[in-house]
Amino acid sequence: MQGLFRFCDVDFDPAALRAELIDPAAGGYVAFEGWVRNHNEGQAVTRLEYEAYAELAVKEGERILAEASQRFPLLRAACVHRLGELEIGGLAVWVGVSAAHRDEAFAACRYIIDEVKHRVPIWKKEYYVSGDSGWVNCERCAHGTTPGADHRTHPVR
Amino acid sequence: MNQMDKNAPLFGLVLAGGASTRMQRDKAALAYAGKPQLLRACELLQAVCAQTFISVRADQTDDPVRAALPQIVDRPGGHGPIAGIHAAQAQHPQAAWLILACDLPYLDGETLAHLIAQRDPVRLATAYRSSHDGMPEPLCAIYEPHGHAALVGYIEGGGRCPRKFLMGADVSLLAQPKPRALDNINTVAEYDEATRSFSEAAAGERSIQVRYHAILREQAGRSEEHLNTAAATPAALFEELRARHPFALGREQLRVAVNAEFAEWSAPLRDGDVVVFIPPVAGG
Repeated sequence: MQGLFRFCDVDFDPAALRAELIDPAAGGYVAFEGWVRNHNEGQAVTRLEYEAYAELAVKEGERILAEASQRFPLLRAACVHRLGELEIGGLAVWVGVSAAHRDEAFAACRYIIDEVKHRVPIWKKEYYVSGDSGWVNCERCAHGTTPGADHRTHPVR
Repeated sequence: MNQMDKNAPLFGLVLAGGASTRMQRDKAALAYAGKPQLLRACELLQAVCAQTFISVRADQTDDPVRAALPQIVDRPGGHGPIAGIHAAQAQHPQAAWLILACDLPYLDGETLAHLIAQRDPVRLATAYRSSHDGMPEPLCAIYEPHGHAALVGYIEGGGRCPRKFLMGADVSLLAQPKPRALDNINTVAEYDEATRSFSEAAAGERSIQVRYHAILREQAGRSEEHLNTAAATPAALFEELRARHPFALGREQLRVAVNAEFAEWSAPLRDGDVVVFIPPVAGG
C-alpha cells in the first residue's frame, strides 16, 4: 500500500492519478473529485483561491492516508489538492483508492476526503458576485456563529 | 500566648546540616546561576528577618560554604532538621523563627512575604499546606517562641519529624500562593530540571518566527515576522500578537503548530521556534 498526499498549483488530470492505483489484486477503484461550485451559503461564487501550510499539510495528509489503510484493507490510496486560483467547475481535490472489494474502497475514500476537509491546514477564499470575498469557515466563526457540521473547526483527535 | 510573643522578633534559620544522601553531594553547595543555594536561602531570609543564621552540625562549622555565615550548631545528640529548630529556639528563646530548608530553589520572596503577613503569633506555628499532599510544610514555616516547650516535649518523647510535630500542634495552615515554590530538590534529575528552568527564565526572551496564513495573514498584513518575546507558550505569544494585530478569531477557534507539527497551546516555546497559528481549515 502506497500513500501519497500532494499539492498541485496547476490544473491536473485525474486519469494519470488513477493509473497509479492500478494493482493486480484490486477488484475496484473509487475516486472522489471535489469541484468548485458557483454558490455557497446563499452567495453566488465567481472563483476561489486555496492556500495551504504545505509543510504541515503534507504530513497531516499522509497521516490520514496511513490511517485509512489501517482502518480498511486497501491496496493503494492517494490524494491531490489544488492550490491557487480556481474557476467555477475546476477540480479542487481528488481522492482515489483501490481495494480488493468495493465496500472498503467506498468507505476509505469517504474517510479520506472527510478527514482532509477537517484536519489538513488548507484554507479557501471565495470571491462572490457581489464583489465581496471571504475565508470559508473563518468569517462566520469570527462573528461568533456556532460552526455547523460542515464547519467543524478543530475536531478532537 | 503572651504579649511578648506578639512582639517577638522574627529570626531566620536555614537548615544546612543535611546529609544529602540522595543527591550524593552537599546540597547546600548546589549552585543556581553560580550561587550556592545555601547563600541564596540566606539572602531571602535576610531581606525579611531581623537576624539570619544557618543550622549546622558540629563537624560542618569550617566547611567553606558555611564558614562565613552566622551559625547555630546542633546540640550534641541532635538529629536532623528538628535538632536545628530546637537549637535555634534554645539559643534565642525570645525570637520567633522562620525556618527554611536550603533545598528550595523555586522559593521566592513573595512566598516568604505572604507567610510573614499571615503569621498568627497566637498559634504555635504558621506554615504552608503542601500543594502536593495537603500536609504542613515544616521547613518553610514560622515557629513561635511559646511553642518551644511543646517541641522539646515532642523530641523527648522520641519524635524526630518536624512535619508530624506540626500535624499534632495548633498550627495556622496557609495555601501556597505559588504551588511550585516549595518543591524541593533531592535528586540530580530534579536539580537538572530546576537549573534548566532557571536558565530559560534568565534568558528571558526567545527569538521566534511567526508565519501567517489565510485570514490571519491578511489581518496581520504580512506572511511572517520575527520577534523577541518573553512569551513562554504559544498561548502567551498569541495574546501578545493579538494586541498588535486586528485578529478577529480568538484562540479557541485556532490551532497552533510549532516547528511544523501541531502543538498544545501550553507547550514551552524555545529559542528559534517557528510558530504558525492555524485558522479553521476549509480544504476540499
